Amino acid sequence: MLKRVFPHPLLSLVLLVVWLGLVNKVTPGNILLGAILGVVVPFMTQPYWPERPKIGRPLRVIEYVFIVLWDIVVANFQVAAIILFKRNKNIHSQWVTVPLDLTSPEAITVLAGTITMTPGTVSAMLSADSAAILVHCLHTDDPDAVRDEIKRRYEWRLKEIFQ
Amino acid sequence: MELVTEILVSFFLILAGLFGLVGSFGLIKLKDTMQRLHAPTKATTLGVGGVLIASILYFLLVEGGFSFHELLITLFLFLTAPISANFIAKTYIQARVSEDDVPATGTDFGWSVYDDPPLIEDERERGQDA
Repeated sequence: MLKRVFPHPLLSLVLLVVWLGLVNKVTPGNILLGAILGVVVPFMTQPYWPERPKIGRPLRVIEYVFIVLWDIVVANFQVAAIILFKRNKNIHSQWVTVPLDLTSPEAITVLAGTITMTPGTVSAMLSADSAAILVHCLHTDDPDAVRDEIKRRYEWRLKEIFQ
Repeated sequence: MELVTEILVSFFLILAGLFGLVGSFGLIKLKDTMQRLHAPTKATTLGVGGVLIASILYFLLVEGGFSFHELLITLFLFLTAPISANFIAKTYIQARVSEDDVPATGTDFGWSVYDDPPLIEDERERGQDA
């Protein structure tokens, strides 16, 4: 019963917090409205998201967020340097196949997003059985190193968080 | 407004402007669509981020209040930027890239644009094996 009313408790909480942030004022009326959104939206979207992702280690999420934020800052400088100082013919763009150990769709989504936001890589598509992800690399001479970096730095941590 | 605050806010605004400029320049300079995707997904993240940090600092140090709006913009940006980039990449692959141009998947199935997903019965079998 409780599960039917709150199919995604975490989503409900996030919706409430985002609503309070949007109106930027914590009043009883706003909390009520945010709570209504937090119940109605997960309930109505439930058919499209039947599974419940498990987050095994919430503290690891914080660590992951800071690592990704730091990498994004570094990525910005690296990509800016490539754009500004490299001639077009010296930019070696490559496709890289990264085999996935992750199985939950939520974890793969987070990984794909992370790959797009970080150093010189954009995630392009999954294999039909979602066991590998195709990554486009702006400039690399060593595709294997890129693959290992993604697996070691991000996928391993996501595996700990989601399993 | 104190001098230090002014310098801090201006620093982040200028940094943001520079990265926005580099991102836009990349869009013109780079050769193909996949390369151009890198410019807006990255160089501009710090561009928008710089403006947001400047805004947070201004409201915190000058107006003396804290606004959640900047944090929410960051959240929405992080949710939408990779998804729109992925849509563009997939559309481009569908239209312009042939299956021979991309590396093999290394699994029994091809890339999702070219190959059908496994049947549900196959999926169940795989789940039982694992």
